[in-house]
Amino acid sequence: MGVVAVAQMMRVYELSTKLRDKHESDISNRDNRMNAGLMLIFMIVLFVGFIWLMLTFGWVGRGDAASVHGEELDWLLNLNFFIIVTVFFLCNFLLFWFAYKYVKRPGVPAFYYPHNNKLEMLWTVVPAIVLAIIIIFGLRSWNNATGDAGKDAIEIELFSKQFDWTARYSGANNELGRFDYKLTTGNNELALLTSNTIDSAIMEMEMGIHKMERILNKRDTMLVPEDREKMTLDLHRKEKLIRMLYQMKARHDVKEDAWAWDDIIQKDTLYLCVDQEYNFTFRSKDVIHSAYFPHFRVQMNTVPGMTTRFKFTPNKTTDEMRKDMNNPNFHYVLMCNKICGGAHYKMKMMVVVLSKKEYTAWMKSKKKQTFKDVYFAKPPAAPAPENGEGEPAVPADGVVTPPIDGVEPVEAGL
Amino acid sequence: MGAVAHEAHGHHDDHGHHEESFVSKYIFSQDHKMIGKQFLITAVFMGVVAMLLSILFRIQLAWPGEGSDFVSFFLGDKWAPGGVMQEDMYLGLVTIHGTIMVFFLLTGGLSGTFSNILIPLQVGARDMASGFLNMLSYWFFFISSLLMFASMFIETGPAMAGWTIYPPLSALPQAISGSGMGMTMWLFSMAIFVASSLIGSLNYIVTVLNLRTNGMSMTRLPLTVWAFLVTAVLGVLSFPVLFAGVLLLIMDRMAGTSFYLSDIIVGGEMLTQQGGSPILYQHLFWFLGHPEVYIVLLPALGLSSEIIATNSRKPIFGYRAMIGSILAIGFLSFIVWAHHMFVTGMNPFLGSVFVFTTLLIAIPSAVKVFNYLTTLWKGSIVFTPAMLFAIGLVSTFITGGVTGIILADAALDITVHDTYFVVAHFHVVMGLSAVFGMFGGVYHWFPKMFGKMMNTRLGYVHFWITFIGAYGVFFPMHFVGLAGAPRRYYDYSVYGDFDTNSQEMMMDLNIIITVFAIFAALGQLVFLFNFFYSIYRGPKSVQNPWRGTTLEWTTPVEHIHGNWPGELPTVHRWPYDYSKPGAEEDFIPQIVPLAEGEVEGH
Repeated sequence: MGVVAVAQMMRVYELSTKLRDKHESDISNRDNRMNAGLMLIFMIVLFVGFIWLMLTFGWVGRGDAASVHGEELDWLLNLNFFIIVTVFFLCNFLLFWFAYKYVKRPGVPAFYYPHNNKLEMLWTVVPAIVLAIIIIFGLRSWNNATGDAGKDAIEIELFSKQFDWTARYSGANNELGRFDYKLTTGNNELALLTSNTIDSAIMEMEMGIHKMERILNKRDTMLVPEDREKMTLDLHRKEKLIRMLYQMKARHDVKEDAWAWDDIIQKDTLYLCVDQEYNFTFRSKDVIHSAYFPHFRVQMNTVPGMTTRFKFTPNKTTDEMRKDMNNPNFHYVLMCNKICGGAHYKMKMMVVVLSKKEYTAWMKSKKKQTFKDVYFAKPPAAPAPENGEGEPAVPADGVVTPPIDGVEPVEAGL
Repeated sequence: MGAVAHEAHGHHDDHGHHEESFVSKYIFSQDHKMIGKQFLITAVFMGVVAMLLSILFRIQLAWPGEGSDFVSFFLGDKWAPGGVMQEDMYLGLVTIHGTIMVFFLLTGGLSGTFSNILIPLQVGARDMASGFLNMLSYWFFFISSLLMFASMFIETGPAMAGWTIYPPLSALPQAISGSGMGMTMWLFSMAIFVASSLIGSLNYIVTVLNLRTNGMSMTRLPLTVWAFLVTAVLGVLSFPVLFAGVLLLIMDRMAGTSFYLSDIIVGGEMLTQQGGSPILYQHLFWFLGHPEVYIVLLPALGLSSEIIATNSRKPIFGYRAMIGSILAIGFLSFIVWAHHMFVTGMNPFLGSVFVFTTLLIAIPSAVKVFNYLTTLWKGSIVFTPAMLFAIGLVSTFITGGVTGIILADAALDITVHDTYFVVAHFHVVMGLSAVFGMFGGVYHWFPKMFGKMMNTRLGYVHFWITFIGAYGVFFPMHFVGLAGAPRRYYDYSVYGDFDTNSQEMMMDLNIIITVFAIFAALGQLVFLFNFFYSIYRGPKSVQNPWRGTTLEWTTPVEHIHGNWPGELPTVHRWPYDYSKPGAEEDFIPQIVPLAEGEVEGH
């Protein structure tokens, strides 16, 4: 119906233009002036809209930075914003104003003005100078933010997988244990490298291989060809991996075990101490994720096959930030900011920044939950813990009540 | 040059009067004008599809978890049980929306359409250097469009790893369902697309360099042709790199190699691949990806230069500076790619280098903007629909360009990388500017393409709805990004767990954005109606409706093989002699010899 109506209107319109002996490409003065006026009105609405958005939403989202380098970045952001908002207003104003002012007026010819080298030089040099300022300040902050951490920085590793985060504190010696993805087993999810974990990984792998060989060699069972092919491939894969595990075992230095044993593995909530510098390293088990702490102004991708790093010093406790944000339920958060699968949007971890005193107390409570404690609480050769019934009930994440109210464990996604 | 022109003319005499069959005229045509129209219609179809996808996921973002009949109608029970879009499909829609918009609408559609139609007409050639390759370019484009379109209908869903398809996500079907068959189709579609683009680009370059008519020196070329030329060069130099990247990914997926994979456990399976680097893919991808931005943008800037000069009745200000900026932008676009990778773990020093080169691009861009503004200054502006879109382009180019300064600054990028601020930035500066340029081009050259006029009033309605809708969508989006909202999130109510104020703000803004998006999408119906109605029933065009100076307006309204009946025109002046003092009319076509004592314009 609508289309028919419009088509009819079009026909009437066409007939009327024909009667007036006017061609479609002739734009009447009335139309010209109407559009010129609309340009001016649009500009005003655009500017008012921008200012309204700026005032209403400009500073709501993340609040002030809650880290030392974050404050510097916010200052830089404000400086840049000041420059670009000026340019935005100036250039758009000139554009819409000219569009309004210089609309065709009968009898007034356009001004033939093909070029002017001085003007062109002006708007090459001025932007160049402004950009030089932006570059100099920008690189200074960039170097500060990405430089090496100080000697007193605490090492923490963030381990990412679809779709959750696990933190690993470096423990008493402030040295993170080494890892190798091939060591991943049910009770060594972070694949830490120790003599024991190598042995149990080998054992588990061998069991898998034997099981498969038994099935493949059984004479009285018929396998669907596709299944057989799949299983053979799987067997080859496992054989390749076990060879590498044996090599690893041969090369392993027992002294390194200590680095891993005192590490503390922490899920659901990450506890940090205010005014303490942290050197974060990042790791991924499956696909690329990105560790994004919006309030600390920190972001770094986690890339399978390599480790990445970022250092920062939180400088406001959660309680202080709640006051600043005027929201008693506010939490710092670690989000995933690189597309990583269906539940990408749910992949997050709560972060709590404690005062020095609270943090020491919390650390104390974790003392008996080092990787060694947790690892030996379960017999290494036991079947994977997720389906193991009647396991000793010592969860990897402690039984400790969080020192701050309202910290609920975040759902781990799927 | 004379010899070439003569030869081409002879060719025309031999073949011009053959009766053509329907197939050779409309389907496997080797005529550049018909191929241009084929590109346009295919791209319009793909554009409508991509726009529809965006409306579907905008509905999810504004009203998460609420069933919608509209969503359920398009996605069905499997992908939208109860009218609520499924998580994986959300990512699929986002991915295909981006892919189609960037490659099929704004590369194939924009550059393919206008390079084809305008290059031979504006340089004074009978046709492209190779009509056959030109036809091949279109049909590769068609097959690749078909493949991409079909990938949305398979059981495991389309590619879901984002339009940049970073491995390992895109390499591992265990990680997301779309990385199975859907990704395979995506990769093959893009490989064919690259072939199409390469063949087309080579043809454009050869035509511009070799088939210019008498008197058409490089500094008498309209800026459109300059833009198409540089675009084609960028395509030829960068698309092969994407092809290499895609090929390695195909091998990782199918042949068990480990170019991009290392130390991965996915879906409970420990992979044996070691030593590959996902970062390598990103380098290869963005080595195309960044020039791609300018492959999209430069043709739009070229079209708008022409439209703004014609409708201001003034020469484009600083013609040589404009050519210089096109060349500078083209060159710089090759040494900035890693600004997409500041937080990937790349060496920070390397990041600093890319900060520097990236911010340099702002200089030629600023020159272009100020030259546009000066062209408008003291003009005698005629608001055709094309002119409105060209002015819209300048506005979005400014607004989107300035936010690029924030993103180019590595230190600031840490906080806004991969947030909606980025989404808003590139949609405004690249998406809107290029789309406005394309609309402007369609309105301006429609008479040349179809010999008919589009309806001006509907053009006005279309422009104002689109312009208001576009700013309404992308202005608020910057603030969602400044609040730190990551892109490619299915549902922002997760913010409720840690910051209820932020959540409220995002939900409010998301609704505003979606409402404007729907408004703008409905506005496109006006365009579609106007476009197809005018092809069949529009009033007949005159030869030179906008009183332009360039060569395409000296050809007859009815399309003929070889473009000009009789001799090819000879060019005597630059293309921007508008309102030249002392001239009778306010424009002097390029074919008019210089009067006695007259000095050439620039």
